[in-house]
Amino acid sequence: MTTPPTHSGRRLGRTTTRRAAEAVVRAIIYLCGWMAIIILAAIAVFLMWNSFRAVNEAGLFTMLSGTAWYPTSSPGKFGMLPLIVGSLYVTGVALVVCVPVGVAAAVFISEFSGRLVKEVMKSIIEFMAAVPSVVYGLIGVAVLIPFVKDAFSLMSGMTAVTGGIVLGIMSIPTVISISEDALHAVPEELRQGSAALGNTRWQTTFKVTLPAASSGIFAAVMLGLGRAIGETMAVLMLTGNAAVMPASVFESVRTMTGTIAAEMGEVVQGGLHYSVLFAVGLVLFTITFGINLVADLVLERQRKRWRR
Amino acid sequence: MVSPLLVTGDGTLSYGAGSVTLPRADAREGAASKAADLQGSFSLADVSVAYGRDRVIEGVSMYIPPRAVTALIGPSGCGKSTLLRCLNRMNDELGNVHVGGTITLDGADIMGRAMDPVELRMRVGQVFQRPNPFPMTIWDNVAYGPRTQGIRKRSELDELVEESLKGAALWAEVKNNLKKHAFELSGGQQQRLCIARALATKPEVILMDEPASALDPISTQQIEDTIAQLKDSVTIVIVTHNMQQAARISDQTAFMLRESLDEPAHLVEMDETRKMFTNPDDARTESYITGRFG
Ligand SMILES: Nc1ncnc2c1ncn2[C@@H]1O[C@H](COP(=O)(O)OP(=O)(O)OP(=O)(O)O)[C@@H](O)[C@H]1O
Ligand SMILES: [Mg+2]
Repeated sequence: MTTPPTHSGRRLGRTTTRRAAEAVVRAIIYLCGWMAIIILAAIAVFLMWNSFRAVNEAGLFTMLSGTAWYPTSSPGKFGMLPLIVGSLYVTGVALVVCVPVGVAAAVFISEFSGRLVKEVMKSIIEFMAAVPSVVYGLIGVAVLIPFVKDAFSLMSGMTAVTGGIVLGIMSIPTVISISEDALHAVPEELRQGSAALGNTRWQTTFKVTLPAASSGIFAAVMLGLGRAIGETMAVLMLTGNAAVMPASVFESVRTMTGTIAAEMGEVVQGGLHYSVLFAVGLVLFTITFGINLVADLVLERQRKRWRR
Repeated sequence: MVSPLLVTGDGTLSYGAGSVTLPRADAREGAASKAADLQGSFSLADVSVAYGRDRVIEGVSMYIPPRAVTALIGPSGCGKSTLLRCLNRMNDELGNVHVGGTITLDGADIMGRAMDPVELRMRVGQVFQRPNPFPMTIWDNVAYGPRTQGIRKRSELDELVEESLKGAALWAEVKNNLKKHAFELSGGQQQRLCIARALATKPEVILMDEPASALDPISTQQIEDTIAQLKDSVTIVIVTHNMQQAARISDQTAFMLRESLDEPAHLVEMDETRKMFTNPDDARTESYITGRFG
């Protein structure tokens, strides 16, 4: 309109190419957005496809409710319950360790420490997260196994508690950094408002800051849980890997992840045992998917309630 | 018991620094003798504030009369908020802040160790520039301060909540919805909720830092009405950039100025609002009020 007529031809051409470029970029972005869903669906389909033989021959219900895991006897027994319970025990202990410690550390870093301490702590936590899980496993073997054995006067120190404690320590960085973000996101004005009403820093933290950050802290715990339930190496080194129903957390357990990692190397490709391990993977996938779904739903409900 | 005027009047404290115009004693005498037990007066003598090495305020001496509205005006950055935060020691929260001089509330030094900042803040409430209700229900917001004071009885809290919401002119709008989340209120309602929250600890003074600057004209009007209604029962110190607002609602006005960035701000003039706005003693006050700078 305001462009001189001599330029209009060129301008039109440029607009067309730009429009095409925009369409391409948009398509790529859409594809990337859908990629996550496609990959997730592909994983689910792949797991289901490979566990088809197990479901067919061993039976889904038999596997899920069976308490005997003798995959190499003939005929093999594929009761997964000890593995599921083993994973839950280890994860439960890990939560008991990482939630209080992680949240308390986040509160300290966000509410009570000066800038220098904060920076130092944050780098230490990042470093903690970067240590490979085998190293945690090694330290657990050297320190925690003898300690647990003596402390609870057990026959063996390789128990669900041992694995759970180390997993909990490994999950602490996740819990701290996400909880700290959530606390940091609470507006300073709320703390000032509480202080102006005669509250100490502690009272303010418990009555205003923590509740205001609760949804973020919940997300932190869920992510810590996800990390713990999926961890393989450290538990393999620490829990003793006895695939029997544990009576308590002070007994040896074998987790789902540990089972897959330990047995996959020895199975016949395409065989029944092979397929059953995929079924274990499918159960693991379903559990983590469920945890994330619940976390998302809770977070979404919280977000609606807390929106300003 | 000595009347606050005797302790805090110009006789006992030296207002040597600067060309400070004192509120004339006879101006307040009528009001003071009517109710000799009036509480909530501040006396500041040679108050200075520094953030680290940055001296922001120096040599501020003033008397803030009880049961009246005192407005603090001045260009942005002249230390109005800083001075306000001295009155309930909220500067303590910031760290690396040095406050010098003497501040007394009804004759009692508020800066010494003898004054517990927690107790002081129960007596000197604050309303902030942006409404900052807590993420909880209306009822819980108002009951927050009293609960901190240790009041647990439900009936007592109910009574305080009602009284405070009435004091903040919000009761009629929310009385059927006390369990509603505070974030569901409008901005103006939220600010009045914050006033109610401050009232609930039964303070003698309420500090307001530009309480209406984030609000629409109608909400601003409601806040101003609330202030007018409150000043019979509490002392109000308000910071405002709105000259009309200062003229409308305040009894006393203090004008602060930071003449250059290398020197700290000081109190230029303080007097009855009517005089400040019609016939100020200082030429700088007149040019600020008439909008020639700032
Ligand atoms: N927390 C702080 N740390 C360091 N300096 C500060 C801090 N708060 C304020 N200052 C400085 O103190 C001076 C006075 O600030 P203050 O907020 O009291 O001014 P004000 O008069 O309230 O301004 P406005 O009208 O813009 O709100 C400014 O120069 C500011 O940079
Ligand atoms: Mg200010």
